[in-house]
Amino acid sequence: MSPVLFSIALAVAGGVFAAILAPRARLLRNAAPADRFGDVRERLRRTAVYAFGQKKFLRGEQPAGLMHAFIFWGFMILSLTVVTLFGRAYDEHFYLPLLGPDEPLGHAYTLLRDLIQVTVVIAVLYALYRRVIAHTPRLFGFQPAEERLHAETHWEGILILCLILGIMLGSLLHEGARIVEFAGSADTQAEKGWEPISDLVAQLIPSGSAPTIAELGFWMHNLIVLTFLNLLPLSKHFHIITAIPNVFFGSLRPRGALPKDDPEAPGKFTWKQVLDMYSCTECGRCSAVCPATASGSALAPRQLILDLRDDVLGRTERVDGKVVSNDVLWACTTCMACVEACPVGIEHVPTIVQGRRKLVDAGEMEPMLQDTLQNFATQGNSYGKSSRMRARWTKGLDFKIPDARKEPVQYLWFVGDFASFDERSQEASRRIARILHGAGVSFGMLYEAERNAGNDVRRIGEEGLFELLVEQNMEAFAGAEFEAIFTTDPHSHNTLKNEYSEFGAMKPVYHYTELLTELVENGTIALPEPVGVKVTYHDPCYLARYNRITDAPRRLLAAVGAELCEMPRNGTNTFCCGAGGGRIWMDDSKLVERPSEQRVKEAARLGDLDYFVVTCPKDLAMYTDAAATVGVGFEVLEISALVERAMGTGAPVAVLAGEQAV
Amino acid sequence: MDIVVPMQQTVDLVEELELNDDGTDVEREYLKFVANEWDEQALEEALLLKEATGGTVTVVGIDETDVDGTLFSALAKGADRAVKLGGDFESGVSSHRRAAILAAWLGGESYDLVLVGVQSPEDLDGQTGVILANLLDVAHVSVAIGVQPHEGGVKVSQEFGGGVVQELALSGRAVVGIQAARQAPRYVSISRVRAAMQSGALEEADAADVDASTGTTVRRLYAPESTSHAEMLAGDADDVAARILEIVRERGLVKTGG
Amino acid sequence: MGNDIFVLVEHTQGAVDAGTHELLGKARELAAQSGGRAVACLLHSGARAAADGLAADAVLAVEHPALEHFLPEAYVKAMAALLAEHEPRATLIANTTVGMDVAGGLSARAGVPLVAYCTAIDLDGDELVATSQVFGGKLNAEVAVDGAAICSVVAGSFAPAEGGSPDVQDVAATGLDDLTTSFIARIVPEVSDVDITAEEILVSVGRGIAGEDNIELAQELADALGGVVSASRPVTDGGWLPKARQVGKSGQKVKPKLYIAVGISGAPEHLEGMAEAELIIAINTDENAPIFDVAHYGTTEDLFDVLPALTEQIEAAVSA
Repeated sequence: MSPVLFSIALAVAGGVFAAILAPRARLLRNAAPADRFGDVRERLRRTAVYAFGQKKFLRGEQPAGLMHAFIFWGFMILSLTVVTLFGRAYDEHFYLPLLGPDEPLGHAYTLLRDLIQVTVVIAVLYALYRRVIAHTPRLFGFQPAEERLHAETHWEGILILCLILGIMLGSLLHEGARIVEFAGSADTQAEKGWEPISDLVAQLIPSGSAPTIAELGFWMHNLIVLTFLNLLPLSKHFHIITAIPNVFFGSLRPRGALPKDDPEAPGKFTWKQVLDMYSCTECGRCSAVCPATASGSALAPRQLILDLRDDVLGRTERVDGKVVSNDVLWACTTCMACVEACPVGIEHVPTIVQGRRKLVDAGEMEPMLQDTLQNFATQGNSYGKSSRMRARWTKGLDFKIPDARKEPVQYLWFVGDFASFDERSQEASRRIARILHGAGVSFGMLYEAERNAGNDVRRIGEEGLFELLVEQNMEAFAGAEFEAIFTTDPHSHNTLKNEYSEFGAMKPVYHYTELLTELVENGTIALPEPVGVKVTYHDPCYLARYNRITDAPRRLLAAVGAELCEMPRNGTNTFCCGAGGGRIWMDDSKLVERPSEQRVKEAARLGDLDYFVVTCPKDLAMYTDAAATVGVGFEVLEISALVERAMGTGAPVAVLAGEQAV
Repeated sequence: MDIVVPMQQTVDLVEELELNDDGTDVEREYLKFVANEWDEQALEEALLLKEATGGTVTVVGIDETDVDGTLFSALAKGADRAVKLGGDFESGVSSHRRAAILAAWLGGESYDLVLVGVQSPEDLDGQTGVILANLLDVAHVSVAIGVQPHEGGVKVSQEFGGGVVQELALSGRAVVGIQAARQAPRYVSISRVRAAMQSGALEEADAADVDASTGTTVRRLYAPESTSHAEMLAGDADDVAARILEIVRERGLVKTGG
Repeated sequence: MGNDIFVLVEHTQGAVDAGTHELLGKARELAAQSGGRAVACLLHSGARAAADGLAADAVLAVEHPALEHFLPEAYVKAMAALLAEHEPRATLIANTTVGMDVAGGLSARAGVPLVAYCTAIDLDGDELVATSQVFGGKLNAEVAVDGAAICSVVAGSFAPAEGGSPDVQDVAATGLDDLTTSFIARIVPEVSDVDITAEEILVSVGRGIAGEDNIELAQELADALGGVVSASRPVTDGGWLPKARQVGKSGQKVKPKLYIAVGISGAPEHLEGMAEAELIIAINTDENAPIFDVAHYGTTEDLFDVLPALTEQIEAAVSA
């Protein structure tokens, strides 16, 4: 082979590659700092699991996920082949140490190489099938939010796949022809039987042209690899270079703890956010699970990241000085499904909230949201009601819930706005109070001193208001005596559990379903009368995806004797009701179909159900409305209604459900 | 143009209004106070006018409950100066006294225009702005829904019933009572308000000791008895709709077939 | 202090406002108590004829070119001169735009106590006792004034009195020559859109409608009923509907056969414009909203559920 020619090719390719990467590296260097270097052990573990282990591909949509995993693992092995073939420019019989024909791993390597090459070829052909023939929608952009992506030509993906095929083919030709060319050599003899695919190729190669074909295969493989290398940063396949570091540098904070803006550079992207943009491979797993995208809003997480990437790279013109329109940012429900789905560790939600912070700072929001923020600021609740009205829902109880500011209690019940002020949820709150009181649990409330916990306020982007609410609640906590907190609302639960500790010492925080489950399982609450109903259970995003609480509510359902019929999207894969991230205070009339309505239909497809069980006050409101709009055969029920029924103390469950009907 | 906006703290009407022991006033010690919503409109209009013409906006409040927050919020929105006038205001301030204090303070200030909320929920003895104008002996226009620069002075759009609007030109100093700004008052993030607080840019002065009796005596305050209350329709949305249909049908307001 | 009861006549180039007749009705009653006269104060320029037919014992007519249009400065100065000269027992001024510009200024200039937002006025010896609507209509104040007083009166508080042949006395105007206020234009909203005062059925939307796009829901109901959509102040201020559709103190006063208040809380300024509708149905999720005090029927169900349901049922009924 020609060492000089190849050296020139290598030098040119390397030079071009460096020239392309330099500005990208500069962007990273000039970005705002991000503290992503701590706890290397955990980072390595995650990299092993998510990058090298391809966990999200294996758990996600199939067979596309397996297809990717095989291509990835293939490339891990085949990188050895690449180095080997580069080496052959200088030494016709070059092998990597340990991988030579008579070395310990030689046979394993050639066998694996051959098998992997075939696997990659099959996987790539399947990928081409998806792109060219099946036209899988996820790959081409969801409308309307991904109109821009949809309108683009999609030849890039096809080209890259063809190049991968070319690399495989080049390598096989090279190895096959070598078997013919060096038929009698010791190397060939040693490898005999350990490279079955190359052997097959060898049978097709006439002995006279073997040296030429070996050289052709060499050049084909090596030149395509060098071209491929340079195409990577120019295309979505840059992820081949950045995805592993992006996983390594992923956030180690709890999912439910939003990062603050850097006070030195508010609103400026950190290098990790830029790396996110570099890493997006346009796979669309995020957009495919996004409730905003599914309901026809302006937001698709993939398009958002691509738009930001194109802006960072100077590829697009801004409209009115904006990369992303306000509608896009306000459409997010912060349900975290995108982040959960992303195989390369992109953190969409914090980036969206960062954008919202700028909008809030500029006062660019719809009037209803502005009124709501004003209500939070003046009254401490979204309803704009006097804080003295907060505990009014307790009036229907025949006992007084202790004031935790006046007497010590074991549990402090952080009731939350919806459970305090929404009529439907008030009934549930009274029920929970009755159950706990009956079980002899020591619990109290903060009464008018409770403020909205601020979870959604923070996700609206009103960081200052969030901090104000935290301070007010912390002050109230300080004036009360309790051992742990439980909440009705999963949103409050999230911020109290994950974010408040950054402002001061916090007691443990539980969701009421955890508390009820514990009381049932330790026998404090007896459930003598199994309810014998068929239900499905909706996991609240902030409980399941954010805080991994999926088991307690299910154990409780089992304990009350309900037959649980799971929706396709359950557990951490749950589908958002559409109310989170402040969306509940924004206009949703422009949506094609509300997420809550889609979800109710998903439940309806399960067949005969008695109840759609919820464990979140916002869910109760959202799904009661959606069930009425869609018109379904089941009722939406807050879980404690089943508990009370199974206790045999309450009214028939149908009546309880009726109380909550619209 | 240099604009002064007096900001008043009023009882938050969201709260249940408790009365004091002799029933002649609300229980000021325990009630929550917020900025008078019309004063917020006046501030917005002032900021819009300043953005159009240049100059300054100065907000001035007397030391009523939580006035600091209102003044800092105004600074955060874009006011240039905020002044707090100290004094004993715990038992409430009549419009006459408020106007007299403001008039005394304005005597030492240079300004072109005063924009003030057209009314407040508790201006039992008249609206502050118009009293202030007459104490200062300058022109006044009430119920304004827009103030724009006009031939060296301003043009005020004054609103009447029936949507009629009269445009008046003011050539000298004037006090304008704002009903509504040309756009909804802007939102200001708490971070900005806090930044304003940290800047400490609140000027303080003593309120003038004025003799301003209203000549009125409040004998009692009481919640009006509602003479009637709507008959509330029961059931869900469909039930309610059916009842409404029935009611309007009975009155022949729906021309139905069949 | 005299015994006369003064009334400021509100008029547009001679066309007297309805509110003035209400004030005259009360003034006659009070004058009978005080033993004085009901005196109408007509500030005008070439509109002396407006004095005829006022239900007053006497009219003081002040004529000056500056009084052709309503210039607040001119009105206050002219009225202050009349009060200084005649020292009436009480002066009644409507709580309108004009009244808000005059009453307080007059109080400051003439040094006469003012009771604003009056809904009832009574004389008791030397005292005047008025009921004043304050704190956004949540409280009434019973206010006493010892001696002369000015009262600004909420529209609709008193029964109107019309017809009479008062003794008209022309009074020279003073101090009206050097004003810093001048008239530019009077803009009457175009009626090309819809005259909501002439409609029998109004579906009126308030802040609760939450967004411009949602007005369509009200429009569909109005279409089904054969009515039109009107609005409360926040909706027209937001530019979601034309100003001509606004019901209330600064909008139109309406008396339709059916008024459906959708997401309207019922501030006093709004109630002033629609309380006399024959049938009022209110839809508002806040059970404590004052609108329910004037409505005949009400529901706290969500308007976003009730409106579509009602529209559907009416459409079904109409086509049945």
